[in-house]
Amino acid sequence: MSLQIDAAGRLKHLLSIDGIPKTVLLEILDRADALRSVALRGNKKLPLLRGRTICNLFFEPSTRTRTTFELAAERLSADVINIDIGSSSTSKGESLLDTLSTLEAMHCDLFVVRHPDSGAAHFIAEHASDGVAVLNAGDGRHAHPTQALLDAYTIRRHKPDFAALTVALVGDLLHSRVARSGLTCLGALGIGELRAIGPRTLLPPTLDELGVRVFTDFDQGIVDCDVVIMLRLQKERMRGALVPSESEYFKRYGLTQERLKCAKPDAIVMHPGPMNRGVEIASDVADGPQSVILEQVSNGLAVRMAVMSQILGAGIKEAA
Amino acid sequence: MNLLIRGAHLRFPHQNLDRIGDVLFTHGRVIAIDPPDTSTIGAQVVEARGAWLIPGLCDLAARLREPGATHKADIRSEATAALVNGITHLALPPDSEPVIDSTAVTELVLRRAREARGATVHVIGALTRGMGEETLAELGTLRAAGCIAAGNIGRPIGNNNVLRRALQYAASLDVPVHLQAIDPWIGADGVAHEGRVAALQGLSGVPETTETLALARDLMLIEETGVRAHFARISTGRGAAMIAAAKARGLPITADVAMPNLLLNENDVLPFRSAAHLRPPLRTANDRDTLRAALADGTLDAVCSDHQPHDADAKLKPFPATEPGASGLDTFLGLGLNLIANRVLTIEQWIDRAAIAPRRVLGMAPPLMEADALPDFALVDVDRERLIETTTMASRGKNTPFLGWRLAGIVRLAAIGDRLYVRGEA
Repeated sequence: MSLQIDAAGRLKHLLSIDGIPKTVLLEILDRADALRSVALRGNKKLPLLRGRTICNLFFEPSTRTRTTFELAAERLSADVINIDIGSSSTSKGESLLDTLSTLEAMHCDLFVVRHPDSGAAHFIAEHASDGVAVLNAGDGRHAHPTQALLDAYTIRRHKPDFAALTVALVGDLLHSRVARSGLTCLGALGIGELRAIGPRTLLPPTLDELGVRVFTDFDQGIVDCDVVIMLRLQKERMRGALVPSESEYFKRYGLTQERLKCAKPDAIVMHPGPMNRGVEIASDVADGPQSVILEQVSNGLAVRMAVMSQILGAGIKEAA
Repeated sequence: MNLLIRGAHLRFPHQNLDRIGDVLFTHGRVIAIDPPDTSTIGAQVVEARGAWLIPGLCDLAARLREPGATHKADIRSEATAALVNGITHLALPPDSEPVIDSTAVTELVLRRAREARGATVHVIGALTRGMGEETLAELGTLRAAGCIAAGNIGRPIGNNNVLRRALQYAASLDVPVHLQAIDPWIGADGVAHEGRVAALQGLSGVPETTETLALARDLMLIEETGVRAHFARISTGRGAAMIAAAKARGLPITADVAMPNLLLNENDVLPFRSAAHLRPPLRTANDRDTLRAALADGTLDAVCSDHQPHDADAKLKPFPATEPGASGLDTFLGLGLNLIANRVLTIEQWIDRAAIAPRRVLGMAPPLMEADALPDFALVDVDRERLIETTTMASRGKNTPFLGWRLAGIVRLAAIGDRLYVRGEA
């Protein structure tokens, strides 16, 4: 997808992990390393994006993701505009293109977009004016590339030898943009073995063709895993006849201390949040010593600063 | 005014007519084949060396968007666009707004179609009232008003009991039915074939079983009721195999496939190309190949354009929010010639599947190229190419996944009855 990479091989938009060369993925992770100390020190700002305007364009509600993007932009000294569209223009019948051209008149440099439809970020990137970059903050079931990058970054900080790792994604992969981007990203970065664990109703049908080992039994799938990434189960899945109940789901696919014992002893547990405690993960696991869930959140800040500054072409040396 | 088409390759395989010849005709009548020079004095001459004179194409499914969606297209624009592209007959499915389930709507459509003076429009009425699940449509009244068949195209009937009664009733009146095998629940929110591409793109899938399950049910009911049935838009290889098996059992059925499903596959949806958002969806390359073979061996009787013109806004959205369907009239002939060039079909097979067999499905005799016959033919420059671009499309719907393709075949002239299109004359 050359939409994302320009002729010089530089990142123009970040829409999905698919089509981004491994070198660029690693460059982002390295850049996040360099920015991490700034991200963690609350009062320090870098002048990397001074004078640039970043517009958070959220067509579905998300406080958490929006806040980290907002914070990341501010730490880089960019001006930030937040626009929640879920409840305003498009529900009044304005088309996405009309909304877009209205916002372009404000001369933003970067749109950070979240939208309930798969492909929405591609669509906006295709129709945005030259010089306006698009960063996908989650589109439907399709992609959530910064989440995938921050997950890879978190794994790398704990277990840098990717080729030796077995990573399992557990739960509702079918409806999960986190899972789709995660599998692509970890695959591209050379993870030794990728596993998908869940009931057939929540797994896309062709995962095995993509080189992923599929398990419907959590107790088998978790054996010898180095990393266990739990996915959120949306409440509406019960209505779609995909799972019978939260309690049965927890029994079969919830991560408990008992189950976690079957993974490697030093395995780490991850979750993109927000968690349903007692549905996909037990509280004592979420808060336990193997959980790196809160670390994912702070790494998310560094990774998003890295992606934003890389897309907008800010040299990292100025940061030093 | 008489017209003389001189030196064309006459291709009417069902008449065993396959040679160079001249045709003299006038509005509403073929005067003579290879007329003596004396009778051609004063005729306007069309030099046609190298061109094919073929039966007018017959399209089993073209949405005209009138009534109900005239911001997309209308009967005049699309009936004209059909003729301009060598299609002399088209069948209109009943899923307009309102649906075609009454004398009033049928007559409105037929009147507008006559006024349009383009291709002849054949109306498929609704099988159930409002294309719903409760009561039967007045099939006898609809036939009297001019409908040539009844169908559920585009709106699957989930209630088995209602469908069974509808087929029993249609069989009693000997009204042929056009069925589209889509399960109303499986894949109902799907926008792409449930497979590798949908999985990668996070698009909700339309599984193969939505077609095969409905097909299995429909075949059982056809067998039981003895109704004459046509299956519209088979999209899977397994579906084609079920049609073959049912025909082998002696069931009185026919079937068609939409042209895009013979040329494209699920990969053409990448990356989020809304022009390739179709229903039924583009399926796997294997399905495409099986459908091609099934069309060649006659398992599938006909190919149709499945023309669904849209306004630009309908496709200018994120993929799942776009409306399904492709504008098909402008590419129907060229893609047929493409199938010949790629050895999917012979010339004779193409003429049968795109012109003769569809007429049989609609209960019409094949057009004949002989003195006193009604003109029903197209003259095509097969050696000239056309670039498919929005500015040169005759349909108001510019939504085609074949934009940018170079297709052989320029229609020089098309005639149906006393209606005539001549390229270059407005």
